[in-house]
Amino acid sequence: MTTDVIEQDSHDEHHDEHSHKMTGIKRWLYTTNHKDIGTLYLWFAFIMFLTGGALAMVIRAELFQPGLQLVEPDFFNQLTTVHGLIMVFGAIMPAFTGFANWMLPMMLGAPDMALPRMNNWSFWILPFAFAILLGSFFMESGAPNFGWTFYAPLSTTYSNGSTAFFVFAVHIMGISSIMGAINIVVTIMNLRAPGMTYMKMPLFVWTFFITAYLLIAVMPVLAGVVTMLLTDTYFGTSFFNAAGGGDPVMFQHIFWFFGHPEVYIMILPAFGIVSTTIPAFSRKRLFGYSSMVYATSSIALLSFIVWAHHMFTTGMPLFGELFFMYCTMLIAVPTGVKVFNWVATMWRGSLTFETPMLFSIAFVILFTIGGFSGLMLAMTPVDFQYHDTYFVVAHFHYVLVTGSLFSIYAGAYFWLPKWTGYMYNDTLSKWHFWCSLISVNLLFFPMHFLGLAGMPRRIPDYALQFADFNKWVSIGGFAFGLSQLIFLAVVIKCIRGGEKAPAKPWDGAIGLEWTVASPAPYHTFTTPPPQSDIDNADQHEH
Amino acid sequence: MSKATEADHKANIKNNNRTVKKLLVAVIAMFGFGFALVPLYDVFCDITGLNGKTNTSAVTYTATGIDKSRLIKVQFITRNAQGVPWKFEPVINEINVHPGEMKLVKFYAKNLSQHDIVGQAVPSVSPGQGANYFNKIECFCFTQQPLKAGEDVEMALQFYVDLELPDEINTLTLSYTLYDITDKKS
Repeated sequence: MTTDVIEQDSHDEHHDEHSHKMTGIKRWLYTTNHKDIGTLYLWFAFIMFLTGGALAMVIRAELFQPGLQLVEPDFFNQLTTVHGLIMVFGAIMPAFTGFANWMLPMMLGAPDMALPRMNNWSFWILPFAFAILLGSFFMESGAPNFGWTFYAPLSTTYSNGSTAFFVFAVHIMGISSIMGAINIVVTIMNLRAPGMTYMKMPLFVWTFFITAYLLIAVMPVLAGVVTMLLTDTYFGTSFFNAAGGGDPVMFQHIFWFFGHPEVYIMILPAFGIVSTTIPAFSRKRLFGYSSMVYATSSIALLSFIVWAHHMFTTGMPLFGELFFMYCTMLIAVPTGVKVFNWVATMWRGSLTFETPMLFSIAFVILFTIGGFSGLMLAMTPVDFQYHDTYFVVAHFHYVLVTGSLFSIYAGAYFWLPKWTGYMYNDTLSKWHFWCSLISVNLLFFPMHFLGLAGMPRRIPDYALQFADFNKWVSIGGFAFGLSQLIFLAVVIKCIRGGEKAPAKPWDGAIGLEWTVASPAPYHTFTTPPPQSDIDNADQHEH
Repeated sequence: MSKATEADHKANIKNNNRTVKKLLVAVIAMFGFGFALVPLYDVFCDITGLNGKTNTSAVTYTATGIDKSRLIKVQFITRNAQGVPWKFEPVINEINVHPGEMKLVKFYAKNLSQHDIVGQAVPSVSPGQGANYFNKIECFCFTQQPLKAGEDVEMALQFYVDLELPDEINTLTLSYTLYDITDKKS
């Protein structure tokens, strides 16, 4: 009943906005427009990315030389913890939600997201979550220092007092994610333009659809486990405390039951983005559309039965180790299907190398490197050597930075003309790409060798023999950090002006979003698109 | 707005609400599932004997005889959780038993501090596969152990090893970790 009223209100508002659009801060605070909210999400994600990046710069500065130079070990732990939390929950996930908000309605031929008021709310609670998390840096206790994985008893018995701030921040992030995911599912299920069947949806939409289901399945488990943490720390329960009959290993099981699907939440939308850009700049349809849909679903399903591969060294029985090892390696099959499909899409295509395509190709190659190191980590016997070393750090930064982040850049450059109405500065964007590509490899590739040689992660000091490699890694880190400011410059220039973008600036692009003007009008598809447009947007090979 | 589109709009809202309700049920169910994992975990460990957890309350002696052909070495180790100011150690470090044979061993504890402390020892058996075959008839770990400042005590453990103990296990290690639960004492 209440929802009805809200829906009705927001509907009326659309009409009002035609006559007088709110201006200034109120426009952004009260907006229920999917494009405005998408913009908010994207800016928020970028600000958080720079914040988390700044923390990483301090980490790399400390690790530039062996010994303790700049920060106390405890503060170093706070830096690694908050860096991880911000990049996962503050940068990558909101950036993808931003893409979903901007693009899903336009790709589906829908006027807006299905639940515009909730959309506004799910964005506007996020800044508070991160204000709490970052604010804890200025508290007496300091910020969380137990790693972004917040293993008990580090976060309970040995907490520095920041656990409550951490838990409430995660609760708010979780609520925001769940609301965003519900909105995405409802939009895709109910607001597809007439004639757009599920198998005619762009793969981009499919990946967000599946990701949203993963979020709905595991974010509540995260909320549950942080609640147990809270009551263990402050209210005397013993979920994870052996003295009271609990079990700290159980924490890791529950956490990774959330944690492993979470890593696919951060990569499946990336698959969707490059499945859009690669066909566009190859001037071909996506190779194997249906197999892409099934591969994405398989990855999502398998993600629920591999969690304990993060815990091989906790003393599992042999059967458990083998089970989780084989299930994990099985994921390489659907992932391989995707990589081969992207390569096959490019095969004999008429390729051009605009910046979105450069980022997409880099994604395919570098994400695959990250996938291979993941396969190495999946093997139980060798994982005992790699566990908690820089090899793991190298692995997940390859899949998250050169994977997720590069896909976000590919998508941003691809749709910037649609968002702003102007073409971005090509020269600057190429600088951004090449500087990022070279520095990111200098930053993360040597970490593989450091890890194999035994350098442990999350430690502010290291043995002397690691000094040379760490120096190069730090130089790569600073260069990569600075390179991202080029992107900021490109975006600001692009918003302010430049070459006027036509409705469809990329001749190979397909999709309903290119049938509307650039910049996209405030309201699009108030009437559904014609069937011919929907058929033209079909990604199947003909 | 024409009548037809208004009807469409109403149908849309109805559809949306139905989907939202289903998804909310899924969210609540998964939140519950997170907590359900706690008892599930215990049941799973109990059935499979993983994690080295032993019986938490006394069992009665039910062995049908003594298997003189096998000799199992049972080792005892103790450790204090961080900052527990007790001396806590087994009186004998290891003992050989036949499966089915009942044994009584003693552990010694002394409160070295200036104040009263309630301790709780938590046992764990290694290898974990042997945990279900290590049966405690009487154990100080079943109860809390209050010791006044400077007080000491000898605590008893009576146990037997099950006849069914898998052949590949020749040694069982029983480890006790002592926790200070003065603040949490029920």
